[in-house]
Amino acid sequence: MSLSPDLLARIRAASDEHGGPRAAMLEALKLIQHEHGWVSDGHLAEAASALGVNRAEMEALASFYSLIFRHPVGKTVILLCDGASCWLNGAEEVREELKRRLGIGFGETTRDGRYTLLNVACLGGCDRAPAAVVGRDRRLVGPLSPAGVAALLEDGL
Amino acid sequence: MTDLPLTGRARPDRRPHTLAEWRAEGGYEAVERARTMTPSEIIDMVEAAHLNGRGGAGFPAGRKWRFMPERGTSPGDGPSYLIVNGDEMEPGAFKDRFLLEAMPHQVIEGAIITARATHADEAIVLIRDEYRPGIAAVEHAIHEARTAGLLGDLTIRVHPSAGRYIVGEETALITALEGHRAVPRKRPPFPAQSGLWGRPTTVNNVETISLVPHILSLGPQRFRALSRTEEGGTKLYGVSGRVKRPGLFEAPMGTTARELIERAGGVSGDGQLRAFQPGGGASGFFGPDQLDLPLDFGHVARAGSMFGTGMLIVLDGSACPVGFLARHMRFYARESCGWCTPCREGLPLVAKILDRFAEGRGRRADLELLQMTAAEAAPRGRSFCDLMGGAMAPLASGLRMFAAEFEARLAEGERA
Repeated sequence: MSLSPDLLARIRAASDEHGGPRAAMLEALKLIQHEHGWVSDGHLAEAASALGVNRAEMEALASFYSLIFRHPVGKTVILLCDGASCWLNGAEEVREELKRRLGIGFGETTRDGRYTLLNVACLGGCDRAPAAVVGRDRRLVGPLSPAGVAALLEDGL
Repeated sequence: MTDLPLTGRARPDRRPHTLAEWRAEGGYEAVERARTMTPSEIIDMVEAAHLNGRGGAGFPAGRKWRFMPERGTSPGDGPSYLIVNGDEMEPGAFKDRFLLEAMPHQVIEGAIITARATHADEAIVLIRDEYRPGIAAVEHAIHEARTAGLLGDLTIRVHPSAGRYIVGEETALITALEGHRAVPRKRPPFPAQSGLWGRPTTVNNVETISLVPHILSLGPQRFRALSRTEEGGTKLYGVSGRVKRPGLFEAPMGTTARELIERAGGVSGDGQLRAFQPGGGASGFFGPDQLDLPLDFGHVARAGSMFGTGMLIVLDGSACPVGFLARHMRFYARESCGWCTPCREGLPLVAKILDRFAEGRGRRADLELLQMTAAEAAPRGRSFCDLMGGAMAPLASGLRMFAAEFEARLAEGERA
């Protein structure tokens, strides 16, 4: 499926807002991801050509940023903080419970496509440790506990 | 309110003020005042207020601003830039999240005044992607301020980032905004001479920018007097880790860890303070003997650590310091941009060895390797930017302070 004409127009517009096509590459990747959940090779190539930038350079940028997904992800992405304050407050137990309940490891997506588990750098949620951000609006949740994981997943996210 | 200028007007639920609400509380009066002043007069006030940058380095803000050339005096065409750094990602830091979410108009006010002082035509607020409420709050505040005509001729926009700790490094941030992988640049030239797209650029942390309006409102003397030390103003401290009520506490610069930990409900776990980091993940450890040290850039540096973000991480007697260090080193290893060898190769090695120790499989030769790495990789100039050196600070001080724990893990490994 190709990028919609509307999305391509927004990608071209980003070039003016961000100071040129190169500087707009990240915004283009984010627009694609917002619409499609992740950035496929085909979509990346289309955006590069809409901006008139080298596809390899766009790929270099996409692969640099940890929150640009180059593989399909689940409907809800759970980014669990692996910062030190979260670690001190039981993040490992939460991590194990998430893995156990979903039957997947970190970096994996459930077979039904509902959840993806990822580690993330210190979330700035140390006052709510252990913390995670969930879903497309990156809602901060915490303090989490193994017992609270079930409620988190049942929340309908 | 005046003794808590940064947070005194904040709401407990962090709901940001509308423009009308903010102006009813005196918002944008400092901006009006700044418009009657020359850039140099504003910088005089900021220097007299002894404002040190709150992003980690503690460089005097006024001195940084004076490096910016006056309009029309820098060679070539194009604007000058102000970048507000909201890429908060240092382990233990959660202060800018609060300032962005709860006090967005304060950030805009600070940006308008700082842009005037630094002859900047455009301001960009870079915010990490995970801070969606902060991004939304600042974008809304910009919209309100623009509609009300408060921005004058300043162009200002938000640039949401997409992960990676190194983006918060001042020169890497500039590289990122230009659309490249966020690799740091060599200094000199400093950003004030050649920054974003080769134009004069100032980069300031969110907290620094948020303090600026209060220097104009209170006057430099009263602002300075908010502090207990030579370094002016209040500080938005934070305490997390093994404490009962982790949180943010605005307090006079120079407040002690004893007071802050008490405000955080005291030490949790076994209730005994083992050690703390005074300035986030990349600061060296202090023991209980430093509980009464005034926490500011100068005092903490002279005591052998780094004030950094001013965010304390507390370890109690039951926390495993080896595992804690391993967790830190995993973070720095993963977040290295990969540009230079000591950092790209050295940090994963260090993290792996620490993981082995934490699992009780440490070896004597590994301990020596850790000590050697900490000693040799730490000095400035051994790697391209400060990420590696920053990571080595807690490692070096941790190896000293937790020598007994390392020895114990070693014994476990040797028995196995």
